[in-house]
Amino acid sequence: MAKQVSPGVLALRKVVDDVHTEAREAKKRGELVGWSSSKFPCELAAAFDLHVMYPENQAAGIAANRYGEILCQAAEDLGYDNDICGYARISLAYADGKRAARKFDPETGEYVIDPSTGRPLKDAEGKVVMDPETGKPKKDPKTQTPYIVLDDLNEINAMPDGPEKERRLEAISPIRQMQIPQPDFVLCCNNICNCMTKWYENIARMHNIPLIMIDIPYNNTVEVDDENVRYVRAQFDQAIKQLEKLTGKKFDEKKFEQACANANRTAKAWLKVCDYLQYKPAPYSGFDLFNHMADVVTARARVEAAEAFELLAKDLEETVKNGETTTPFPEKYRVMFEGIPCWPKLPALFKPLKEHGVNVTAVVYAPAFGFVYNNMDEMARAYYKAPNSVCIEQGVDWREGICRDNKVDGVLVHYNRSCKPWSGYMAEMQRRFTDDLGVPCAGFDGDQADPRNFNAAQYETRVQGLVEAMEANKQAKEA
Amino acid sequence: MSINALLDEFKVKAASPKKLLAEYKAQGKKVVGVLPYYAPDELVYAAGMVPMGIWGSNNKTISRAKEYCATFYCTIAQLALEMMLDGTMDGLDGVITPTICDTLRPMSQNFRVSMGEKMSVIFLAHPQNRFEDFGLQFCMDQYNHVKKELEKLSGKEITNEAIQDAIKVYNKSRAARREFVKLASDHCDVITPVKRSAVLKAFYFMEKPEYIEKLNELNAELKALPVCEWEGTKVVTSGIICDNPKLLEIFEENKIAIAADDVAHESRSFRTDAPEDEADPMMALAKQFANIDYEVLLYDPKSAQNRRGEFVANMVKESGAQGLVLFMQQFCDPEEMEYPYLKKALNDADIPHIKLGIDQQMRDFGQASTAIQAFADVLEMQK
Repeated sequence: MAKQVSPGVLALRKVVDDVHTEAREAKKRGELVGWSSSKFPCELAAAFDLHVMYPENQAAGIAANRYGEILCQAAEDLGYDNDICGYARISLAYADGKRAARKFDPETGEYVIDPSTGRPLKDAEGKVVMDPETGKPKKDPKTQTPYIVLDDLNEINAMPDGPEKERRLEAISPIRQMQIPQPDFVLCCNNICNCMTKWYENIARMHNIPLIMIDIPYNNTVEVDDENVRYVRAQFDQAIKQLEKLTGKKFDEKKFEQACANANRTAKAWLKVCDYLQYKPAPYSGFDLFNHMADVVTARARVEAAEAFELLAKDLEETVKNGETTTPFPEKYRVMFEGIPCWPKLPALFKPLKEHGVNVTAVVYAPAFGFVYNNMDEMARAYYKAPNSVCIEQGVDWREGICRDNKVDGVLVHYNRSCKPWSGYMAEMQRRFTDDLGVPCAGFDGDQADPRNFNAAQYETRVQGLVEAMEANKQAKEA
Repeated sequence: MSINALLDEFKVKAASPKKLLAEYKAQGKKVVGVLPYYAPDELVYAAGMVPMGIWGSNNKTISRAKEYCATFYCTIAQLALEMMLDGTMDGLDGVITPTICDTLRPMSQNFRVSMGEKMSVIFLAHPQNRFEDFGLQFCMDQYNHVKKELEKLSGKEITNEAIQDAIKVYNKSRAARREFVKLASDHCDVITPVKRSAVLKAFYFMEKPEYIEKLNELNAELKALPVCEWEGTKVVTSGIICDNPKLLEIFEENKIAIAADDVAHESRSFRTDAPEDEADPMMALAKQFANIDYEVLLYDPKSAQNRRGEFVANMVKESGAQGLVLFMQQFCDPEEMEYPYLKKALNDADIPHIKLGIDQQMRDFGQASTAIQAFADVLEMQK
């Protein structure tokens, strides 16, 4: 039976689609479109009605759609080392004009289907149809997709107008992440990492466009001191001046306040949705939160995002009342998933979890995107707290908070090859969970965007080990 | 002292930081380790303590640090932690931990949790948006925190006069090293790559007045020599660090001298002086940081231009070198991120270059040797 999608989830998806559609249309009209770090204060851009796209969110989607490797490789061919964050590599290749496109056969006039793609063909009774020759399931041609090749938008744009140019443009993957307009300006905030600084400088250089920088350094204390706030607020003021120069408009205080109100509302609604994971069984899989993050990143200052999360919260309230869940398996164990998901390998991530009845009921993004503030100083403080820029005590506190509130039995830790700051004090944090919470942890090697860094066999073994440890813990507790 | 005697002394000092640390302690001095990058060493000196730079090691392997770090962090950070965990750094009274890159940021926490009981771990977060008043202010705020911790450690106040004096001393050391780099190129028959490296490395372990005196002496001796008619080729080196004598010997074997460098451990660290005419010496230090330019680690507001790439390409041209050797420190993403545009500037200027992947745990340089040997031929053709 097809999975029913709740109204809230549909609304959330629509918000992200709308944001992308509006940006494409704005670009066509000759309006400015910018690219921004995920945790740049979007409220500032909103005050100028600027259309902004988010390369990290884009890269996650590209990776999830299996185009991560081809773009990472394209970046490496440009000279960007494969040690660099996968999101940055994908984004830099994209900024350079590289696109994933469907392979075209000029003889047939059709895209060349990749026989390895597609889902198994099922008959009227829903049974898989086997191919008598190969003994393997037949593929449903309706679900098959073409080979993907690398094309270059700059090359295409330089061609004379005509059918060949049209064809090549048409062949570019239609997913929204592959249709994002090139930037006219970039908004950089390095609270989540310093890789941002040079990543965005490279984009600014490629396109000869302005870069607006809000530098938020690493913090060694749980508190954000007044002098830190002073530095960030001064940069907010400078960014406003730069945005005024960029747009030729005056900073609209009212629009800014509305954007802040919306962002706060979205953050509160987001936290409320995350809080539903406290229930046993959880009314949904924590994995879904990774998808909903797209709204928190790309549309935080839009009232539609707040409304969509509130709608989802309503859906979840109903689900909980009825003792139901959308998790597609009975929940036997509850874990915190530490880190960014392995976007190119989501099914592989999910498979052993489903097999063993492991539901993800806690993710760090929950508290990390809860930007709630009442004034500019508090706003500066809120932006000072990103998962990768807080001291170990704050990092541990966040995790232990959600582990306790959401009643986890264990922790699954993603050592993300693409993210040095995130994995930086992971080992010590792991030790602290085990000590403080008395729950087992298992780590595995993976990558947020480059599929070459994930080993399914290793992952499955680690999940298995974690399950055994959680089971042993359970038995010991019950004894 | 003769040139050779001076070079021998620098060589010994560069190779024996542990011994020097023990000596300073035996003299009743307090010692503060300083991790990369751009920490205000001057404050340690002004406090009457000895700053010693920590830039990893060519003689250690990551072992205990594995308890804290995944594999994909540079050896400069990991071996620093290793040496703290294995007791090499036990003599230190404190350590300053800047957080300019994505490895050093979380590593600051690893240093603090593992060493916090043993020594004063002094956190430092530089501003990237460092030019405007608010950036200078934040830098001063951070430096003032460092100053307070150093005062706690030394047990006495660090006066403004002491800091002004320290600035003068450090500016002298920077000037002396800049002059040495030029003289090392003019007299590359005497100052081989290995010897050059030892002279610059010794700075991190020697007490500054003694270092300046010895280096000025060496510079004077070198100036007295006729400029060498070098028959080999010259390169500019670039990267985070290239202080492994075995690797540098390969240059010597191939008659490649170093005309100038864009190396973090070397010239990048002493290109910029602190102003000596600031009433507030903390402002002077903040301005020095703000004035650092063409840095892979630091924000360039004019990023739409390829300033850093062109700066390095010009350095090659002006130094009389035929090419550039980039020592790409493994896992160093700031260096990696700026490589494509460095490559572009070098290509635009018709400057040949090679990129060598290096790691401080490498013991076999066979691949590098082959690459450098082949590059020597390319350089010959550029002469």
